[in-house]
Amino acid sequence: MPAVQETVDQVRRIDVDQYKYGFETKIESEKAPKGLSEDIVRFISSKKDEPAWMLEWRLEAYRRWLTMREPTWARVDYPKIDYQDYYYYSAPKRKPTLKSLDEVDPEILETYKKLGIPLREQEILAGVVREDGSTPSRVAVDAVFDSVSVATTFKEELKKAGVIFMPISEAIREHPDLVKKYLGSVVPVTDNFFATLNSAVFSDGSFVYVPPGVRCPMELSTYFRINERNTGQFERTLIIADKGSYVSYLEGCTAPMRDENQLHAAVVELIAHDDAEIKYSTVQNWYPGDAEGKGGIYNFVTKRGDCRGARSKISWTQVETGSAITWKYPSCILRGDNSRGEFYSIAISNGRQQVDSGTKMIHLGKNTTSRIISKGIAAGRSQNTYRGLVTAHRKASGARNFTNCDSLLVGDKCGAHTVPYLEAKNSSAVFEHEATTSKISEEMLFYCRQRGLSAEEATALVVNGFVRDVLQQLPMEFAVEAQKLISISLEGSVG
Amino acid sequence: MAELTVVKTEAEKGLADAFAAAKPKLPGGGPVAAMREAAFRQFQACGLPNRRVEEYKYTDLRALMRDAKPLAAPPSKAAIEAARDRKPFDELDAITLTLLNGSFVPELSDLSATAAGLTIVPLSGALAEGNALVAKVGRLAAGNDDVMVALNTAFLNDGLIVEVADGAAIDRPILVRHVFGDASAAATFARLVLTVGKGARVHLIETFCGSDADYQVNAALELAIADGAHVDHVKVIEDGGMSLHVSSLLADIGAHARFNDFTFITGGAAVRNQLFVRFGGEETVARIHGASMLKARQHADTTLVADHAVGHCQSRELFKSVLDGESRGVFQGKIIVQPNAQKTDGKMAAHALLLSEAAEADAKPELEIFADDVVCGHGATAGALDEDLLFYLRARGIPPKEAEALLIQAFIGEAVEGIEHAGLRELLMESAARWLAARS
Repeated sequence: MPAVQETVDQVRRIDVDQYKYGFETKIESEKAPKGLSEDIVRFISSKKDEPAWMLEWRLEAYRRWLTMREPTWARVDYPKIDYQDYYYYSAPKRKPTLKSLDEVDPEILETYKKLGIPLREQEILAGVVREDGSTPSRVAVDAVFDSVSVATTFKEELKKAGVIFMPISEAIREHPDLVKKYLGSVVPVTDNFFATLNSAVFSDGSFVYVPPGVRCPMELSTYFRINERNTGQFERTLIIADKGSYVSYLEGCTAPMRDENQLHAAVVELIAHDDAEIKYSTVQNWYPGDAEGKGGIYNFVTKRGDCRGARSKISWTQVETGSAITWKYPSCILRGDNSRGEFYSIAISNGRQQVDSGTKMIHLGKNTTSRIISKGIAAGRSQNTYRGLVTAHRKASGARNFTNCDSLLVGDKCGAHTVPYLEAKNSSAVFEHEATTSKISEEMLFYCRQRGLSAEEATALVVNGFVRDVLQQLPMEFAVEAQKLISISLEGSVG
Repeated sequence: MAELTVVKTEAEKGLADAFAAAKPKLPGGGPVAAMREAAFRQFQACGLPNRRVEEYKYTDLRALMRDAKPLAAPPSKAAIEAARDRKPFDELDAITLTLLNGSFVPELSDLSATAAGLTIVPLSGALAEGNALVAKVGRLAAGNDDVMVALNTAFLNDGLIVEVADGAAIDRPILVRHVFGDASAAATFARLVLTVGKGARVHLIETFCGSDADYQVNAALELAIADGAHVDHVKVIEDGGMSLHVSSLLADIGAHARFNDFTFITGGAAVRNQLFVRFGGEETVARIHGASMLKARQHADTTLVADHAVGHCQSRELFKSVLDGESRGVFQGKIIVQPNAQKTDGKMAAHALLLSEAAEADAKPELEIFADDVVCGHGATAGALDEDLLFYLRARGIPPKEAEALLIQAFIGEAVEGIEHAGLRELLMESAARWLAARS
């Protein structure tokens, strides 16, 4: 059925109105001069009080970056980025020492309150019921505001369990040995254009170390917020799960509505030793730009997990609804024998968003298994691409992969694309891949509407059913939020 | 990228020299010469395709083509005599046409046996005398930006122009044999142009075979299918063990048509089989199948683009590969559904069977969809023979090798079944059986 004019109009309307995290926090901030040079790299490093080896590491990355070219293979189209036109460091002005949360700028606290992120342990522990009747969940949060981490909760309780959870800038000072050992060991400095840029100028992010045999007592979470105009956020997260440990980590992101494009180039490294398990979930809701594609975040992210030990497991779950451009491929290197990698993804694009996302499963060890479930939903004038690689190397005997990537099109101006790569270099590898593309069937909608649901409710219901496999993988707190997000992004876009 | 300074390889330099030397001698008047010139400029701008070019990610021709072989000369009398014994698919009752070393050989062809509504004209003659049919050459190639197709356009010296009139039904298949007979290596650039009129019926079979020399084949078929026509095309690549084979199908299909295509690859050291199929009219049904059986260090790449420019068409793609030794089988398939090509129904499947530790299968089944009311899917698998099935057969007293052969034949058979011509189907299954027999 071709889209009726009404639908087209509705789709056009939604993007600007629906983004409810688009407010701006008025706060004085301290910025590095605009542009990028060795001096800026030194500036960031000194702001963070970093040891000399870290500065050297950054400078090396910067010099390397100068020789690299921006990749063009992804199915995304954007005007050339002027890397000299961004601020590479921006931090809220604050008092020299910050002893408790009460000293954090109230504007920032207000921001996180508005976003629904609990930063006050007391409140959480006391089981305070909020005005809207919800109870804050018990999750340790690291809140990153532009280039710095403003607060980390439950530090003490985690410390008792032996878990280190802190901003990476602190970890560099307090646990240099761990950082030195693992930083860049999964995503090398020279990995790709955006990862190298991140290595040179990364500002903040989380550092997690879970000691052997420890099951992290609570979910860990980081909330990223870009506030300042013209800034780039360069998050760097490093999670290490030592032998036999388990950790579940959540990540959320939002940004104000602005006319210009902001840059977010993150690097996330996960390391799982023998028998360890890391579960990494993302709900990405950066500002997607307005209906005509003006503004929005450029999201260029390198996420990679290394199943270094035998029987280790890394699981990526992502719900992607925001960003003007998404370029993101959370991957697993299955190095340890019998290790397992999983990737569950829902990517929703609307307006003029462009998503090129997927995963890489690199089977190196024996009897490694991987599973990929990807659901892409394109609406409006968006382009939604799944791009994934599954490869089994010569010695990866018994490697197994199952991939399922489905796309759903809502409206006739959008595009859904699937670009899977399968490389089997071992005869005992078994790869299965299936993909389908379809629109929401008339019968399903009719059935729902007959039962009194509005067209929009019916669509949301069908879409939720379509993505159920993925939502089931999300931790409880996120599943609810994700479900809400899905109905937001698709409201009004009934094909 | 423009700022890259490309270092020319030996093969690229060789091709440039060959083109400069051959240009004055190549047949064809002003427009044809201009077409060659433009095509060669395209090649020079891009160079040989390498792994940095997405479409050639798994088949790096810059590495595989070490040098450019001299252009093959028209075959001598002795060569023609020597080629008389090379008669693949002689069992078929067909209108047989032979291209020896890329040149049409009347002595080995039966031009007399034409049917009503069928016109067959050798390309070199048509080019030399300025035949009106020459206008059809390059029509479909013009819309394609593949570098290897451009090279074929630049160097094409011979081939065939075949016309099937509206409503004509040609009962005997047309069999075109591409034979390379020389002991020393050379390069051939043959072009076939087949135009099928409205409601016509034709069956084209192409076979490629040749000597043990490291010769290079670059062949192209331009196939225009008018509304309501029914066309079968089968290509059998059994080239010599040292050869480099590149062949391209450029098909444009009208409305309410039926198109069946099959490629069978067992020969050649390196093969690149390209199929560009464009659906230009509604209600057309196409079945594009293929199978390859590779051993030793063979490399075969099948790259398919099914472009649904209009809606209401159905396409079914199925490619199977059996990989033994250190061979490498590549399948790249892309279904494109253009905006407004609503109600498109596309299904693509690629399956690879790995028989040895060192074999490699690469698959890239892509969907590129711009219309919302479509049903498109693809599946890809890679793996070894099913242990359970082998056990079942062995439990019934069948020796391991035989059990394997049975399973492999069944695997290949599923793709071969798509061929409509029963005699040809049998010949190909026999060929598969021979391949399996030679294995043990």
